[in-house]
Amino acid sequence: MPPEAEAAGGPDIEAVAEQVFTALADPTRRAILAALASGGPATATDLAAGLPITRQAIAKHLALLAGAGLVRAEPGERRRVRYRLRSAPMQVAQQFLAALARDWDGPLGALADHLDRSAGGPTVAALHETGGDDD
Amino acid sequence: MAFPDRIERTVELAHPPATVWAALTTAEGLGAWFGNEAAIDLRPGGSAWMRWAEEGFTAQMRVERVEEPSVFGFTWHIYGLPEDDPRRTYVEFTLEPSGVGTRLTVTESGFAQLPEDLYRKAYDGNTDGWAKELGELAAYLDAA
Repeated sequence: MPPEAEAAGGPDIEAVAEQVFTALADPTRRAILAALASGGPATATDLAAGLPITRQAIAKHLALLAGAGLVRAEPGERRRVRYRLRSAPMQVAQQFLAALARDWDGPLGALADHLDRSAGGPTVAALHETGGDDD
Repeated sequence: MAFPDRIERTVELAHPPATVWAALTTAEGLGAWFGNEAAIDLRPGGSAWMRWAEEGFTAQMRVERVEEPSVFGFTWHIYGLPEDDPRRTYVEFTLEPSGVGTRLTVTESGFAQLPEDLYRKAYDGNTDGWAKELGELAAYLDAA
C-alpha cells in the first residue's frame, strides 16, 4: 500500500477508484448501480424486473459488485437479500474525476488577457524594450 | 501514484507582481478574469466567494495564506463533489518577478485525500446516512 494511503488511514484509493471504473465499464453493472442509486436497496428479483436480463445474470453481477465493495448485501433469506449501494467508493472515484476535470489553463489564459486589457499596450511594449533581462 | 493529487501550472505574465497580485486578491480582479463577481476578505481565515452567472454557480473559498506580493493561498470545495462533502483542495498562487513581468505558478493539491473522518463515515458508519436522516425526520414529525 502506498504511504499516502497509509497516512490517510484508509484503503488504497487508487485500487478503490480502479474497482469503480471497472464496474462502470460494463453496461449491465452500470444499469444495476444506477437502479440502486435512484431507487434504493433492491433484491436481484426487483432489479431483474426493471432490466432486460435474467435474475441469475443480475445475481452474478451483484456478487461481483459486492466483492468489490460497491454494493452491500443486507442480511436475509437468500432470495430476499437486498443490495444497497455503497457510496464511499463512488466518492473516491469522483475525486479522481475532479482532478481530471479541473481546468486551470482556461482561467490562467483569462488572467493574462485581463491583465493585457487592463494595462493596455504600454506594459507589453515595456516588456519588449527590456525583454531578455531574465533569459 | 497514478491518482492525481496535485495540479501545477506556470505562466509568464507581462506585468509586474504588484499588478498580478491585485488581479488575484481583490474582488474587482477575481470578478474580472476568474468569476463574474467576487468578494474577498483578504486575511488568513477570511472568507471569499466567486460567482459564475452563466453557470449559476458560486464557489466559497477560505483565505489561507497572504504574503503580498508573492504567495496567496486558499482552500475551496472540490468542484464536482456534492455540496456537503467536507473535502477541500488547497490552491496556492506563487508570484516571482521575471524581468519586468511575473512568473505565476498555481498549484492545487488535495485531490487524493481521504480524511480520517470521511474514512470512518464512509467505510465503517457506512450507508446508514440516509436511513438515519430519514429516521430523524420521522422522529421530528412524530414529535410535532
